[in-house]
Amino acid sequence: MYEYDANDPIFEMYIFESTQLIEQLEKNILNCEIGNGFTSEAINEIFRIMHTLKGSSAMMRFASITTLSHAFEDLFSYLRDEKPQQINFSILCDLSLDALDFIKVEIHKIKQGDSPDGDASELIESINSYLERIKNISPSPSNIAAPEQSPIPPNPENPLLELPLNSIILHPGARLYKAIIHFVEDCGMENVRAYQIIHNLVELTEEFSYLPKDILDNHDSADYIREHGFQVLLTSDKPYQEVYDYFSRSSYLKSVELEEGSILAEPSREQFAVNVDSDVNSMNVKDKQEPQRTAVQSNIISVHVSKLDRLMDLVGELVISEATVTQNPDLKGLDLDNFQKASRQLRKISEELQDLVMSIRMVPVATTFHKMRRIVRDMSKKLDKEVDIEIIGEETEVDKNIIDQLSDPIMHLVRNAIDHGIESPEERLTSGKKPNGKITMEARNSGGDVLIILKDDGKGMDKEKIIMIAKERGLLEKSESEMTDKEIYNLVVLPGFSTKNIVSEYSGRGVGMDVVLQKLRDMSGAITIDSIPSQGASITMKIPLTLAIIDGMNIRVGASCYTIPTASIQESFRPMDSDIITDPDGNEMIMVRGRCYPILRLHEFYDVETAIIDCAKGILIMVEQDDKSLCILADELLGQQQVVVKTLPNYIKKYKKIDGLAGCTLLGDGSISLILDVAELVGKRSKVLASRT
Amino acid sequence: MSEALLQEVVYEEDAQKDKFLTFSLGNEYYGIEIKQVTEIIGIQAITGVPELPEYIKGIVNLRGKIIPVMDVRLRFRKTFREYNDRTCIIVIENNEISIGLIVDSVSEVQSIPEEEIVPPPDVSKGNNRYIKGIGKVGNEVKLILDCDKLLNDKETDQLLEIQ
Repeated sequence: MYEYDANDPIFEMYIFESTQLIEQLEKNILNCEIGNGFTSEAINEIFRIMHTLKGSSAMMRFASITTLSHAFEDLFSYLRDEKPQQINFSILCDLSLDALDFIKVEIHKIKQGDSPDGDASELIESINSYLERIKNISPSPSNIAAPEQSPIPPNPENPLLELPLNSIILHPGARLYKAIIHFVEDCGMENVRAYQIIHNLVELTEEFSYLPKDILDNHDSADYIREHGFQVLLTSDKPYQEVYDYFSRSSYLKSVELEEGSILAEPSREQFAVNVDSDVNSMNVKDKQEPQRTAVQSNIISVHVSKLDRLMDLVGELVISEATVTQNPDLKGLDLDNFQKASRQLRKISEELQDLVMSIRMVPVATTFHKMRRIVRDMSKKLDKEVDIEIIGEETEVDKNIIDQLSDPIMHLVRNAIDHGIESPEERLTSGKKPNGKITMEARNSGGDVLIILKDDGKGMDKEKIIMIAKERGLLEKSESEMTDKEIYNLVVLPGFSTKNIVSEYSGRGVGMDVVLQKLRDMSGAITIDSIPSQGASITMKIPLTLAIIDGMNIRVGASCYTIPTASIQESFRPMDSDIITDPDGNEMIMVRGRCYPILRLHEFYDVETAIIDCAKGILIMVEQDDKSLCILADELLGQQQVVVKTLPNYIKKYKKIDGLAGCTLLGDGSISLILDVAELVGKRSKVLASRT
Repeated sequence: MSEALLQEVVYEEDAQKDKFLTFSLGNEYYGIEIKQVTEIIGIQAITGVPELPEYIKGIVNLRGKIIPVMDVRLRFRKTFREYNDRTCIIVIENNEISIGLIVDSVSEVQSIPEEEIVPPPDVSKGNNRYIKGIGKVGNEVKLILDCDKLLNDKETDQLLEIQ
């Protein structure tokens, strides 16, 4: 076999398209399962998708996907045409999803650059036997009529007579051609290849007919073509050579026999004119559908994310250089009315541009949410639980980078909810609930953040058990009597915590919640857990809309400049000396409205020289993250601005991870400011405190 | 066509072969292979980054790209010297890592043929680690820097810190 290069545009396109098709297919099947039956619309849709998938896979010569989708297509074409009544839908769904999974794995292999070498024969076998079974169960009346539509003519010795010549009009001066095309043996999908020839035949002529006729709908036609060749009859005013060249251009061609003839033309000329309508119609309908679809597609283009990233970087730089120009120190003290006007206009445009670039990167969470339906389905089957799923606000949009990272945590949480949260139907009935459990996934905007809320109506979390386990594993930081309910529930996300005694296939390895927390941290998000005994738990994830541009407050310490994300700032104030308390260990704290907050001296923490070491002369900025607060001492506030987050250079990252720094950004004057990672600072400070007490 | 392209590449490499950018640190002259050098810029405002060794002075903004800068004097355990007009930052790229090297002054690009470069003497006194060879140009001697080691020699560094 040949090498697969996932970066080759053709492969990339194929992978992209197929992935989308599969997603769509999965959605369809799951919808059908919920509706407990396949609507004819859905069957048509599934058939169409499978057909496309088959076609493109055949083009790329991925045999296993092609044959599998082919078998699948057969099954659905039977369902579509015969509409059998007594079908076991759950078996059908299982079968379909299994097939889908197989294709997914194969496409993943292609993506990785491996050859798709999976063996689909077993699946095909079971699809075929299933098809046989339903055929036997419901011998529909149309079965009897079926042979009439068979592509194989009754007398194959003289197939030409069967050619529907009557659909051809002979123009004066036009010549009649008859072509018999043989494809290379084993090229597979002869009917699809034949269709391609026909599809492009419009280059030469509008009037043609071919045999076998129903090349697309009937896969037996492939056998026929293999045996007898594919026959095309056409009229054209083009010379012989041109027509011959056209046919010989087709791929996987073995031979072309082209005859220029008038054998049949004369006698049936009259007939041609009479019967035109009846058969040409069918071609027309198809032709009309095609352009419509392409018209819709041409409004959407798919762009590589790296290009968007680059665009984003450039816009970021533009914003900075705009500030460099309009706030240039050389302009100080000058009275420049026109310049001010022009620069206001510039700012307006660049802001709009920035918004637009951001909006391009936004994608709805719908796809991620819908992926979960599959997980819910599989798990509830396996664990014998009845679980419904409700999705609210799937149109909420999140930055593409974030959505990619979001799917894992959500998956873990959904698994946990079904595995740990929702009880078995019997248990639910005895506690007076509906036998069906329910999981609600909700997404909504809240300021600059997106909230993703996962609720279940299961038994809720067991407070005592959590404390017990936390104690056992040494995860408790303070005595249990001091802890609020919320604090107790949030112990669950600590590393090494898993409440399930028996490790099941889906959850209980004690890594799940860890991963969730870690991923959220990476996205500078937060998680809160709440639970009401016997009514269920709810987990709220707070994620910033975007990672690339944040609202920041710039502060100065000595000669250095730092940026704090505005979202985490509670307030800033200049303290009185008398408010500051120092404990025997030298930790400084400040009393604000009856609550005590630790103070972090940034100049000490980062060892920066500054003239201001007296809290009363500087300014305290109170920041909050995960319900923990901290006051940061800085020399002064420089002002608020939108900043483009850049990562620290690789060399430094490689050297070591610097505590409390999330990255850096360029300020309007071209200087660099370091962005503080509030979550880390807060965590660090409280850990230091905890270890001292 | 591909042959022509290949030749061009060869020529380009040829043009860079044996060429060294020389710079001074105090009384010593050093050389860096020219193909490693991206550009030379004057000293500019450096933003300090906490918790890094003293010789990494911080980060600078190079037309929107943020790169770290290293004071080569400090790296070689020489005394710190105030930056002035002559102070330069040589931006080099090595294994996809860009870094600026702060040096006292940049002199010129010199051609030092291979046969004029001798391996450094085997003395066990610190600095040798970053010297690939010693080049002779007339009466002068240039120390040829090993950028790989300069950027990646972290372990020995940490060992020294512990001592």
